[in-house]
Amino acid sequence: MAKVQIVNTKALGPVVSRAQVDAVLGICAALKSIPAPLIPILHAIQEKVGFVPKDAVPLIAAELNLSIAEVHGVVSFYHYFRQDPGGRHTVHICRAEACQAVGAVEVEAHAKRTLGVEFHGTTRDGAIRLEPVYCLGNCALGPSIMIDQELHGRVSTQRFDELMQDTRAATAGEP
Amino acid sequence: MTTRIYVPRDAAARSVGSDATARALQAEGQRRSIDIQVIRNGSRGLLWLEPLVEVVTPAGRVAYGPVQPADVAGLFDAGFISGATHSLSHGPTEEIPYFKKQERLTFARVGITDPRSLEDYLQHGGYRGLKAALDMEPAAIVGAVTASGLRGRGGAAFPAGIKWKTVLGVSADQKYIVCNADEGDSGTFSDRMVMEGDPFVLIEGMTIAGIATGATSGYIYLRWEYPDAKAALNAAIASAYEKRYLGENILGTDKRFDLEVRSGAGAYICGEETSLLESLESKRGQVRFKPPLPAIQGLFGKPTVINNVITLASVPIILDKGADHYQHFGMGRSRGTLPIQLAGNIKHGGLIEKAFGISLRELLYDYGGGSLSGRPIRAVQVGGPLGAYLPESQFDTQLDYEAFTEIKGMLGHGGIVVFDDTVDMAAQARYAMEFCAIESCGKCTPCRIGSTRGVEVIDRLIAGNNPAKQETLLRDLCDTMTYGSLCALGGLTPYPVLSALNHFPEDFDTSARTGVPA
Repeated sequence: MAKVQIVNTKALGPVVSRAQVDAVLGICAALKSIPAPLIPILHAIQEKVGFVPKDAVPLIAAELNLSIAEVHGVVSFYHYFRQDPGGRHTVHICRAEACQAVGAVEVEAHAKRTLGVEFHGTTRDGAIRLEPVYCLGNCALGPSIMIDQELHGRVSTQRFDELMQDTRAATAGEP
Repeated sequence: MTTRIYVPRDAAARSVGSDATARALQAEGQRRSIDIQVIRNGSRGLLWLEPLVEVVTPAGRVAYGPVQPADVAGLFDAGFISGATHSLSHGPTEEIPYFKKQERLTFARVGITDPRSLEDYLQHGGYRGLKAALDMEPAAIVGAVTASGLRGRGGAAFPAGIKWKTVLGVSADQKYIVCNADEGDSGTFSDRMVMEGDPFVLIEGMTIAGIATGATSGYIYLRWEYPDAKAALNAAIASAYEKRYLGENILGTDKRFDLEVRSGAGAYICGEETSLLESLESKRGQVRFKPPLPAIQGLFGKPTVINNVITLASVPIILDKGADHYQHFGMGRSRGTLPIQLAGNIKHGGLIEKAFGISLRELLYDYGGGSLSGRPIRAVQVGGPLGAYLPESQFDTQLDYEAFTEIKGMLGHGGIVVFDDTVDMAAQARYAMEFCAIESCGKCTPCRIGSTRGVEVIDRLIAGNNPAKQETLLRDLCDTMTYGSLCALGGLTPYPVLSALNHFPEDFDTSARTGVPA
């Protein structure tokens, strides 16, 4: 556990809990011996914690013997990695051409208006984070959105509302 | 007797409810005490009919679609179990003209087999290519790929055999096979469909590439947006290891090949091969200078074959049926088949594998049935976000790499995105620049800064702010991006921008649109 002492966990601020630190260190320990482990580690952290906490960056850097700048550079390069907690669910709306051709621009505007957020924003109740995505590979059945890992095609504005209702209902039922 | 019913597990089919349809079929069969077995196959590619349900009858597989859970009871009532007609029936699947007219080589098994079953793969001709390759000298395998005329299906259309030959000719303690599964072009989904619908064919193609070039390790770089493909690949890889098609002593020989899936993290640029290699090395996905070529110094500095999914998935049939068989399809220097993806505002969107040479018009109207909205088709974008927008006057162009180069377009990965007459081409041109700005890796100036300036110039042009001057500036900027960018992102963004401007100038003319002179 010597590695833990490198970072004073008390100084990490409110975003990172003890459990999150343990999760980050556990993931690093499990994956650091594979070739080029940083991106797999970031994926695993985001999957487990929900995001890559800013204060996890020095921990990861120390574990992988990289500089903080190198880790930050990778985290910030990729659109998928995020550094704030976001919502309980993430909704990705496709903005690419094939979806534009069947009304994605209207769906996007409708989503922003009804959820009351811009892209990268989270609804006030913390249920839904809205993100853009550039192609979900469902280009013959657009407009497409992805709710967490689940793809939906032919999403009209009305269908979008139904899906958001279902998503919120699912959240309410969770412990 | 158990009746087998196929319901696709493909992500596109699932996106319109095939899971619920599969569950409803199971439940209704149970309720009526009819013995059915639901098999989750890949998609046949007739995507407007998804969820497409197929029933196995003595006369072959009979298609019904699109089938929603509410239709299930009615299908049972009509006797679909024995292939009876119903308002949703389409007759024998393989007689549907959209499917029947295709030439399926790479997609031979997609939609037919259970992608989770190695036995099913073997029963449908799987691993015959690998067995042939194991009896050949590496140079002969490479020779077959070269003779087949197979060119990189990712978009650049570089002859696959030449890449392989380079890697074979370099001696190194370690070589790699990397599969580019970062299918980011809008309008494309053929990689996804193969990975989900027939993952073993990609694994087999990569294994053959390894044996041909002396590479013992492979990576599939898969975009995060494809979780279903990831699950399908990982399941197939596990089965292949278990049955000795991967790992040490492949099929009892002294050959070894290890394979792993790595996830991307949402960066369009990582579809560019050198940027992809950087990302596989867990770095920022910034483009590398070439030379050195990846074939000489690729992943971790070692000789690397890097090919697109479709390229690698086309290798098994070349080794199985011979280079001549594959080479026999196509036209000019574009040999074999291309899995074409018909997308956007199109009535019958889906996957069409055809020999090179088919015309756009045939695809749009004979296969596609015109626009989904029923309005006239005004423009199509071929080859992804970096491909040109083509007007109706160019719809007779044949799908052939050289024919597209001639009209200042590109075939790319074979995606065709259709727009009806409500499209605003100035908005599309602006989007192309905006996309480049969002996705630029930032390494070279023409792309990084040019794309942002491009959005601004187009905004001024659309606003009618000294339009003649803005147009000159935009063309000059495009010239700089074309000739000054390090890779295809900055270098090809001018394609959609200039094709929109050249073919649809009226959309950029504010005075024409508003009636107010600029």
